[in-house]
Amino acid sequence: MRENHNLLNKLDWATIGIYLLLVFTGWISIYAAVYNEASRNIFDLSQRYGMQAIWIASALFLAVVILLIDTKFYPVFANIIYTGVILLLALVLVAGTEVNGSRSWFVIGPFRLQPAELAKVATALALARLMGAQGFVLKRKWMIFKIGVIIGLPVFFIFLQHDTGSALVFGSFLIMLYREGLSGWVVNCIIFAVVVFILSILWQPVSVLMLCVIACLVVFAIQRRKIAPVMIAAIAIFIPYFIIIKKLFPALDIHTPHPDYIFLSICVVMMICGVLYAVRHKLRYFWYISCFFIGSVALTYSVDYVFGNMLKPHQRDRIENLLGVKEDLQGAGYNVHQSMVAIGSGGFSGKGFLQGTQTKYNFVPEQSTDFIFCTIGEEWGFTGSFLVVMCFLLLLIRLVVIAERQKDAFVRVYAYCVLSILFFHFAVNIGMTVGLAPVVGIPLPFISYGGSSLWAFTILLFILLKLDAVRWD
Amino acid sequence: MNDYSKKSTLVIGAFLFVAIVIIVRLFWIQVIDTSYKVTASNNVLRYEVEYPARGLITDRNGVLLVDNQTAYDIMVVARELKAFDTIAFCTIFNIPAQQFKATINDIYRRRRSLGYQPVAVMKQAPAEYYAVFQEQAYKFPGFYAQARSLRNYPRPIAGNLLGYVTEVDTATINKNPYYKPGDYIGRSGIEESYETYLSGKKGISIYVRDVHNKIKESYREGAYDSIPVAGTNLICTIDGDLQEYGEWLMKNKVGSVVAIEPATGEILALISSPGIDPRLLVGINRNFQRMQSDPLKPLFNRAIMSPYPPGSTFKVVNALVGLNEGVVFPHTRYNCYHGYKIGRGVGCHGHPSPIDMMQSIQMSCNAYYCYVFRDIIDNPKYENIEQSFVQWCDYVRSFGFGKKTGIDIPSEQSGSLPSVPLYNRTFGEGRWKSLSIISLAIGQAELGSTPLQMANLASIVANRGYYHTPHLIRGTQDSSFIGKYKERHYTMVDTAYFPVVVEGMYRAVHGGAGATAWRAMIPGIEMCGKTGTAQNPHGEDHSTFMCFAPRENPQIVIAAYIENAGFGATWAAPIASLMVEKYLNKEVKRKDLEKYIQENKPLKKEKHEGKP
Repeated sequence: MRENHNLLNKLDWATIGIYLLLVFTGWISIYAAVYNEASRNIFDLSQRYGMQAIWIASALFLAVVILLIDTKFYPVFANIIYTGVILLLALVLVAGTEVNGSRSWFVIGPFRLQPAELAKVATALALARLMGAQGFVLKRKWMIFKIGVIIGLPVFFIFLQHDTGSALVFGSFLIMLYREGLSGWVVNCIIFAVVVFILSILWQPVSVLMLCVIACLVVFAIQRRKIAPVMIAAIAIFIPYFIIIKKLFPALDIHTPHPDYIFLSICVVMMICGVLYAVRHKLRYFWYISCFFIGSVALTYSVDYVFGNMLKPHQRDRIENLLGVKEDLQGAGYNVHQSMVAIGSGGFSGKGFLQGTQTKYNFVPEQSTDFIFCTIGEEWGFTGSFLVVMCFLLLLIRLVVIAERQKDAFVRVYAYCVLSILFFHFAVNIGMTVGLAPVVGIPLPFISYGGSSLWAFTILLFILLKLDAVRWD
Repeated sequence: MNDYSKKSTLVIGAFLFVAIVIIVRLFWIQVIDTSYKVTASNNVLRYEVEYPARGLITDRNGVLLVDNQTAYDIMVVARELKAFDTIAFCTIFNIPAQQFKATINDIYRRRRSLGYQPVAVMKQAPAEYYAVFQEQAYKFPGFYAQARSLRNYPRPIAGNLLGYVTEVDTATINKNPYYKPGDYIGRSGIEESYETYLSGKKGISIYVRDVHNKIKESYREGAYDSIPVAGTNLICTIDGDLQEYGEWLMKNKVGSVVAIEPATGEILALISSPGIDPRLLVGINRNFQRMQSDPLKPLFNRAIMSPYPPGSTFKVVNALVGLNEGVVFPHTRYNCYHGYKIGRGVGCHGHPSPIDMMQSIQMSCNAYYCYVFRDIIDNPKYENIEQSFVQWCDYVRSFGFGKKTGIDIPSEQSGSLPSVPLYNRTFGEGRWKSLSIISLAIGQAELGSTPLQMANLASIVANRGYYHTPHLIRGTQDSSFIGKYKERHYTMVDTAYFPVVVEGMYRAVHGGAGATAWRAMIPGIEMCGKTGTAQNPHGEDHSTFMCFAPRENPQIVIAAYIENAGFGATWAAPIASLMVEKYLNKEVKRKDLEKYIQENKPLKKEKHEGKP
């Protein structure tokens, strides 16, 4: 009893408070989204809000159980749990049921379980186990390989289940890896690669290459501070040039097949100057930058292939819609358009509880799961959406604080895994409903309808809270 | 600050950045950008359309030709559909229950996609059904009646020129966003060409519906609502009595009669027989399909679409062209012994010989015009036949042939004029001469003229040299279109040459012995006329007649064209004459002739020689 009493004192109640707030918001939002005149009772089990009540109750029960489990359990059993989940992921490919095109569900009677949700917890634990060990250094190749396998295995199986959204979530571990020693340059390169990928879809390859040149020069300038003023001057000339020339001569627009030859030749001249300068001063960074540049060129020209041949048509449509290359409000763009209409129609203060018309009339698809944020946006307006976003932000910041106060590397790595996953879900899900991210079918943590995801996020969070609570022991 | 705390700060910074981007985006679409609210309102607002009454059409004397009657579309909102007594519903509207049930089941099945969009289950139910339905409406949840205005015709006349009203088709909807599926639009005739006047403007009431689809209030207190604006009433130039009388006379005959007031170009009657009874095209029925498949083509407006050979009435044109070209004079005399004997020759009927121009029109001599026509074409003042022929064509075109007159209803055809290339193809280049095309002298061969163009020719002669564009609408209730038709279209022939032709046409009716159109004579009215009997490769000759009366200051011109009826004098002339009498005297005294014409069909088998 005493021990439990102590535990209650040591728990991070701020996090639990935000958690309960978000879960409750989710419940009433689901109620509003699928509200049915005939069954107004929020506990009506024939409706999703009734079922969500069960999921919430069971999730809270799970949370209590987790708080009672000894913390030594996790490092010891991490790999076993991970292996078990990987087996489940493999099994679901054989014995699973297909729902909405993804073969990722076990259906047992009235219950459905999505092992991909559990895989997040298991992978987080396995990574923590590996990287939290004494003397772990990220730089070792063998370690990097191990990390790659731990993340890669579930991603591989989840891709096979055609659940691209859940697979992408594992990419968020990049944040954790960054904190644990991955060079900032790697992260920058990945971000730059994503930007190049997007711009290659929007612009002509040559235009993207010009951007790469500028990026290289900027990097160059950062490394060699002496020549920074020259670079800044050059860029200061380029930006107005871009704006003026593009305005005056639309023919030179980056969308047109004819590249801007003037600009291109200036870039080439500057490149040559840069190379000569680097060679003369025997600059070490020069080789990195060259590799970076060649990589960019390769990426730019491979995007067409990746985009055209490796993505599925609906994924291509979603990306093109997001980038505005293609506008198809009835087809791929329908969901996002309707979702933005619903959110936009909420105005500043919203239409009021149960007064939302867009979500209720089924204009918005998946309104209780992936697009639940629409109901919040429509009925509670900017005020409500703002508060929900702030809740997530506070939760994420709180988790960073929790992570940083750990002495045990296992807990810190695990905490970063948790906040990486939550951040990815939060950013991509809400980004998707407001048209900032492509449509990726992943739930909004704690809010979207569904037992598997609520359980997974609850387990994820409460393991961390338990680990945090015993950090002084 | 060590490296790790710097990294965690960066992570928090990234989170902050993403959160701010999302919040700015939310602020943008929820507070600043209003376009999403507009789209949302389309989803939530309920538009109720009130249809305006279509404009009325009266004849030149202010008598109604077209007005409106009310019918009701029975609409259903699929989402509000509940179980109801289908048998009771079918009893009210007297429709088969089986089919109705199938329709309702289909709508019920699609209720998710249809949503709150009303669907018509019954169109144009008459007012008496509506009254019963309204009493029992509570039994039929989701159903309501939408008032529609249908056309009503006090007299079953003038169907071809009035046109009809029907549901708008997809092509029009795509072109003009004003029209929505289920709207009505004018088709053919006046209904089509004056659609913008007649249609009026739909009224719209916008209501906000709440989540239960109950109408809560007017949207923005009715700021965007509009009341329907009734269509503009039009004044038609038709004389209803004359039109009705003409249609009555044309019973059992195939052909067309066009009457015009020459001083203005106003069309007094435009008859195409057999024609449409406009009442049969009101509402939804199968009559349209039936008319379309009728071998006598009642939907085909012969008056403006059928290119008939003008026959001897065309001699008037050749006479005037000859005079203007100076190849013939009023006193020029030619011999005619039963025809023109050069080449294959053109036959003629027995009449005194030689005759001058006036007599040639009076007696409708074929030979005389063969001489005139050859002189026009072989006129040495032109370098070659092509030049002179082109000149002749220009003359003919200036009389309104071979081009549209510009009447204010759609589907007018331009008729046909031969051309140099046509003859070059037929005879070979440089291998045709005036004799090859001699049939043009008497209005045969490649000439095709609509009855409207023939009436227009009569107008030109009646006006002594010009015409006003023939038209059917004089103006609206508030404004007159007369200005549009003020312009006098002169022919290329000097007005000085017309009196001799007028005299000839006068004598054709009143000239006694040898006058071809004596049957057209009306006691007390000085009438000028010209008969025609047009050869027709498909059967019996067509009977045609054009006339105007009175001779001085003419009030009416008429062109009548009766298919396969033989002599112009036998059928076309009496019909035109009776109509002139009806119009000028308001009553017809020649009851015997009227009775004969109305009751008898043109004889099909009788063979005629020559072409008076």
